[in-house]
Amino acid sequence: MATISPATTDPVASSLIRFRAPPLLHQIPKLARYQLREYLRSRRFYAMAGIIVFLGTVLTAVTGYYRGPLVTDPVTFYGTDWGGAASFLVVLVAVLFGGDAIAGEFQNKTGYFLMGLPVRRSTVYLGKFLAAYAAAAAMMGLFLGILLANGIFYFGSRAAPWQLGLSALLAFVYLGAVLGATFMFSSLFKTSAYGFVLTALLFLIGFTLLQDYISAIAHAQPWMVISYASGTISSVFDPTVNWGLNGSWTLMRGDIDKNVVVKIYTVAGVAEGILIMLGYLLVTSLVGLSLFEREDFS
Amino acid sequence: MTVPSIETRGLTRKFGSFTALDHLDLKVEGGKCVGFLGPNGSGKTTTLKLLTAMIYPTEGECYINDIPCHTDRTAALAGAGVLIESPEIYPSLTPNEALEMVEDVRGIPRDEWKGRIETVLAEVRMSDWADKKVGKFSKGMKQRVNIAAALVHDPPVVLLDEPSTGLDPRGMSEVRAILRALKQTHRLIFMSSHLLSEVTEVCDEVALLDHGKLRFYDTLPNVVSRFGKDQGSVDVTFDHPVDPAAVRRISGIPSDVTDITPLGTSQVRIKFSGPSASKKLLLRILVDADLGVVGFVESESALEEIYLSQISRGE
Ligand SMILES: Nc1ncnc2c1ncn2[C@@H]1O[C@H](COP(=O)(O)OP(=O)(O)O)[C@@H](O)[C@H]1O
Ligand SMILES: [Mg+2]
Repeated sequence: MATISPATTDPVASSLIRFRAPPLLHQIPKLARYQLREYLRSRRFYAMAGIIVFLGTVLTAVTGYYRGPLVTDPVTFYGTDWGGAASFLVVLVAVLFGGDAIAGEFQNKTGYFLMGLPVRRSTVYLGKFLAAYAAAAAMMGLFLGILLANGIFYFGSRAAPWQLGLSALLAFVYLGAVLGATFMFSSLFKTSAYGFVLTALLFLIGFTLLQDYISAIAHAQPWMVISYASGTISSVFDPTVNWGLNGSWTLMRGDIDKNVVVKIYTVAGVAEGILIMLGYLLVTSLVGLSLFEREDFS
Repeated sequence: MTVPSIETRGLTRKFGSFTALDHLDLKVEGGKCVGFLGPNGSGKTTTLKLLTAMIYPTEGECYINDIPCHTDRTAALAGAGVLIESPEIYPSLTPNEALEMVEDVRGIPRDEWKGRIETVLAEVRMSDWADKKVGKFSKGMKQRVNIAAALVHDPPVVLLDEPSTGLDPRGMSEVRAILRALKQTHRLIFMSSHLLSEVTEVCDEVALLDHGKLRFYDTLPNVVSRFGKDQGSVDVTFDHPVDPAAVRRISGIPSDVTDITPLGTSQVRIKFSGPSASKKLLLRILVDADLGVVGFVESESALEEIYLSQISRGE
């Protein structure tokens, strides 16, 4: 082995003890905070906020103009405007803030700066996830705020139905699941664009198709498909709420044999939906973390 | 651990079937500056990325201050300052903010930051830009901030991958001055470079990598005497113009001096055969002759010849 004895005996060596690894649990919130500040300074944050304010303004104007049928009762109002839009919006903000979170570190070479620090890769991943979640959740909160302002104008301040609270909770859980998948794709590809496109396609179209296929053709309970779970965000505004672990279904004539009546699952029960979404968050995070853990910075 | 150190044992990295680094065994310890030389693609960056766990080895292991880099990256990097691949800093940050982030994430107490950040930004001549956003900086300015980020926590081990990349000549000489000053504080500096002049000027020892294999690792004078075909060569600078013939006539000039050639009006290159002992003698005689010697350094060309002869062997 090529070795040369020390040129100098180091007088500062005793101070090497100063350089201990910083505690892990301090680093995650620290990195999250710096990352969030990055989002708050980014153009995309204000562009997204602008889009939401625009959507909210259109919605307010349309509601104000037509009134009658749109504002008959609070449950219908929130069911249409929040229940109908929230899951779409979740995908939009998750992709926007998470789509390049990991890939961008490779593509923009900012990862080399972070990786020169004594941080675990998982710390970076989790810190970025928390920051992206906070930024995306802020956007959802903004939209909810605009709706509430309308609702309070038409129905008064105490008329917000419990369904809205439940639906919002489900939407925030769904946000975790979508962001989990977004981060996973983002660490799978070193090019940001793939992460954006794949997540958007999958969550806006892919899963819905898959759900239809599984329930209508395979006649199975599509618990593995997230759109089945996220359907709860709007279904909780229905007259009866399925709280359970078993999804709602209808009986229909079979596609293949028209004489057979089959059970078609339409949407998960609330408890079931939450479990599925948390499962997605867990699995995608574990896969994403282990991908990022192994990845070469080169 | 009593002294700063880095060590690699059988460190190997393959990319597919291509071996970028081939069983590197290297142990460097103590306060000094080691130049890590090698042509483009010889595996220098690969070595540094392995040491900082940015990539994983196919075989072997490596240590910073005796801490295994891959199983305990946080502890290993806590004692190191790193600059690899000219990273980008988040463009919305100012140098002050970027360095604060480094200190904060490293868990250094806040009351130690302020003075330290100011000092290190002054050292890299970026004080005037401390509160401007990095996004608009030139490559050289970003590199200065990167150097500051590697040094801001006063680490015992400093790993630098071609630190003068992107710098103008003044920037390069400023970096050399910083490195020389760092050396005086008993740090271990391990620096890859393809600039032989930079290495001869600031490093005490050199390691040469070629095609992923270590050719040698030794002190600079030993390298010169081991591989230098018995030819020593020093560049001597005077405080006034000199005539090489006049130097030749100084009484007592050792007989093994083979050649004296002018390098400029007030600088000559003295070549000699024989042991490095005659170099010591030569210096004493020149000083005693009272000709106003202000510089006496190992010729770059000596290292250059060795470099070229050693790397061509690998072809
Ligand atoms: N991610 C990678 N995939 C394939 N080959 C790589 C990768 N990274 C480096 N290499 C190859 O490894 C060799 C050594 O590269 P590097 O360590 O960057 O050289 P140096 O820094 O000495 O110029 C080069 O031939 C380079 O092409
Ligand atoms: Mg390189």
